[in-house]
Amino acid sequence: MINVIRQLIRPVGTTDVVVIGAGHAGLAASYFLSKHAIEHVVLERGEVANSWRNERWDSLKLLTPNWQSRLPGFEYAGEDPDGFMSMPEVVEFIEEYAKFSASPVQTDTTVQSVQRHLGAYRVVTNRGVWHAKAVVIASGACNIANKPRASQDVPEGIASLTAHDFRNADQLEPGGVLIVGASATGLQFADEIRKAGHEVTIATGEHVRLPRTYRGHDIQFWMHITGLLNEGYEEVDDVSRARGLPSPQLVGSHDAQILDLNRLSDNSVKIVGRLMGISNGTAQFSGSLRNVCALADLKMNRLLAAIDDWIENNAVLCDAPERFEATRVDDNPSLLMDLEGNDIRTVIWATGFRPDYSWLDVPVLDRKGRIRHEGGVVDAPGMYVLGLPMLRRRKSSFIHGIEDDARDLMAHLDHFIREGSMGSGSRAA
Amino acid sequence: MTDVTAIVDNGVNVEALLGAREALTEAPEAAKFVWRASSEWKGGTHTQSSVEGFFGLGEEQKHVKQFNYDSDHPEIFASEDKGSTPVEFILVGLAGCLTAGIASVAQNRGIQLHSVKATLDAPMDIQGILGIDGDVRNGFDAITVNYEIDADASEEDIAALVAQSQKRSAVFDIITNPTNVNVEVNK
Repeated sequence: MINVIRQLIRPVGTTDVVVIGAGHAGLAASYFLSKHAIEHVVLERGEVANSWRNERWDSLKLLTPNWQSRLPGFEYAGEDPDGFMSMPEVVEFIEEYAKFSASPVQTDTTVQSVQRHLGAYRVVTNRGVWHAKAVVIASGACNIANKPRASQDVPEGIASLTAHDFRNADQLEPGGVLIVGASATGLQFADEIRKAGHEVTIATGEHVRLPRTYRGHDIQFWMHITGLLNEGYEEVDDVSRARGLPSPQLVGSHDAQILDLNRLSDNSVKIVGRLMGISNGTAQFSGSLRNVCALADLKMNRLLAAIDDWIENNAVLCDAPERFEATRVDDNPSLLMDLEGNDIRTVIWATGFRPDYSWLDVPVLDRKGRIRHEGGVVDAPGMYVLGLPMLRRRKSSFIHGIEDDARDLMAHLDHFIREGSMGSGSRAA
Repeated sequence: MTDVTAIVDNGVNVEALLGAREALTEAPEAAKFVWRASSEWKGGTHTQSSVEGFFGLGEEQKHVKQFNYDSDHPEIFASEDKGSTPVEFILVGLAGCLTAGIASVAQNRGIQLHSVKATLDAPMDIQGILGIDGDVRNGFDAITVNYEIDADASEEDIAALVAQSQKRSAVFDIITNPTNVNVEVNK
């Protein structure tokens, strides 16, 4: 009851659309809403580009080259189109975009609840309540770092960090490190921590292997020019699988042609199978390591062959085709590891991320807690989501991928608002 | 699809499998199966086991008939060799599971199979089961499966079939990953 009264005395705003989150996705949505002359507000729990500021490790650089850093109406204008942005540079880029697009951002405004209310939405924040006909969820895909159940069984005295906790190797105790997960995150951690002098073991399940450069160009160039990045969610065989794929083993750097398990092995990182559990201080790894590596090699080679075909069909002049060494797997990779006996002092869970929808009080989540949507059109009238992997296209999770998705969805939203207004007869479009 | 596409028939009803996948995505409860076997000691190291009923799609199910299996140990173990060694059943299960997977994946990918043969090797140091050396495990040191596959597909596509089959195999998972085993005795 007190809560109700407290909310009643808070300021109340009414607008057509509430956009939740002022990262690249929310700002891109705002850009198109302005183009459609739709009244809206962008609510941001912290500052513009908050996750990029506060929830990334120090050495992280974008996995896409600068020439690809592009938002609606706005392009990278720096001097190093082939370089990769550090996180402070990404923050600066998005801040500049917020100024350029003159988005109506309200910072330090945390959304506490979104509810369906009288045929519209009621958005409760720490600084008042908004009523809106439509809501765009652009609050990010990586709010929560996943931790498998086995993380509860890490013996006391061994540090257990998520990918959000890890900033750099200086924060680690001396001694061995077990990294769980071999996507971009896990590989980058393993490489960095090994170079800082720690013994490193990496537990490897299914992963996506990709070279940074191929036939003289960045892999993103080929993915772009062959049209792969534009492949739509309705074109792929199994969209739910495509949406759950781990990020490819890339790093934003041209120091090496490929950062893969072989390169880690060369630096004496120990490669083991997927972590299946920890029992009495002993980690158990799957015996499937050889197969997950074979799958990743086959899939990488299939992609490279598709690129080769495209180059041949389009008679493009570039370096000759090449294939990378198959992933080397020990004859008998370790299946068991006594963590204390092997001087493991830290376990890092690089086991993916998921969005936080704890504030979303509209029944649109499936039994796995994922938002139900069709290409970003959420299963509730006037609700949209942006910035999730493979939302509408392969490029949806990239900064440059947001433009087409935001354009499509804000056009849909525009139609929704006009239809709705005409339907109710209250306001002419 | 081009009009010259040959009809691929590996005898697997992929449409039914894909239909089941779709239906069970909508009704996850029906996907919960229970597999069963029962066994009886016959004397010596000879045991007879059988399978017939199982649970799935929300109700009790039955094989078309009861299947019976004898397990025993070879004569060099001073046994009467009335059936396969239990560990050999593991290899039989793995071969059956991976090969069924290969046929299904091939059908789904439009690859005609002509023959799929496998040999399986599983070294084991029996100092473990005999309790001679506590550092030696009871089970296999490793398992090697060697496939010979004749199919209308490239070497790489065949490798992909075998890899995908492992990825989706229950027996492969059971062998490569730990499982809690509860053995109880009813008085």
